[in-house]
Amino acid sequence: MTVTSVDKDLDDLTLTLTADFDAPIERVWELWADPRKLERWWGPPEYPATVQEHELAPGGAVRYFTTASDGQRFPGWWRVTSVDPPTSLAFNDGFAGPDGTPVEDMPVTTVLVRLVEHVGGTRMTVRCTFGSRDEMDRLIEMGTVEGLTQAVGQMDALLASA
Amino acid sequence: MLTYNPMVVSAIPDDEVDDLFHALADATRRDIVRRSVRGELSVSRLADAYPMSFAAVQKHVAVLERAGLITKVRRGREQLVRTDPDAVRRARQALDQLEKAWRGRVNRMGDLLAEIPQTKTSANGRKR
Repeated sequence: MTVTSVDKDLDDLTLTLTADFDAPIERVWELWADPRKLERWWGPPEYPATVQEHELAPGGAVRYFTTASDGQRFPGWWRVTSVDPPTSLAFNDGFAGPDGTPVEDMPVTTVLVRLVEHVGGTRMTVRCTFGSRDEMDRLIEMGTVEGLTQAVGQMDALLASA
Repeated sequence: MLTYNPMVVSAIPDDEVDDLFHALADATRRDIVRRSVRGELSVSRLADAYPMSFAAVQKHVAVLERAGLITKVRRGREQLVRTDPDAVRRARQALDQLEKAWRGRVNRMGDLLAEIPQTKTSANGRKR
């Protein structure tokens, strides 16, 4: 596993995750900066992501949707707040309506990504912060798409063992 | 409205979760939750720890109690405040979900890096 540390701050509602990759910093940056590469890892395998718009510039937008096996789409968006290739990227990540426009009263997560060269490879730090307790509570209620995927996976396992 | 996901992962009722996060949104209340883990402090002992009136602390305790984060246990003439670890765990649930999501992402990133040839200028080389 490449994840080297995970820190959860219950007071600040923040998750900080550090991962080491055995690849040069430019290649790790490409995973974020190239929409075709981004869509290969952003969504879990059962909910592949399709990136429709991808502007990594301050104020720029990334629009994407993930697709469930039954064809249902879950649109999402980023609003880029700062970017400094190949070392840092900050954006807000939220839910979108069917037409891809942000839904204002849905939870928004602030994401800060930092890349640094580290012992011949690249260290990536991702810091995610929930907007508020209220938004965090809604994410619990809905389950993130990933949480949902996990639940579905658990159901599959149960069905297989039954 | 929660119209975007067809399944609800957690079965916590809305109003209960509202209370929970309202309760945890305040620094004093979070501190009370921390101090009361062992369940040995009375409301008046707790009140000594904060630069506010007994009534104000009592009010915070009431909010926490309503949210299910703490319970009050009578011992003699005292009412001791005890943190309910289950309720705190529920708050942690959201961060756990996020962690799982990101662990999955990091693993996929690692797979992708292993798969993409080492050539440096292959950006956009795999458009459909």
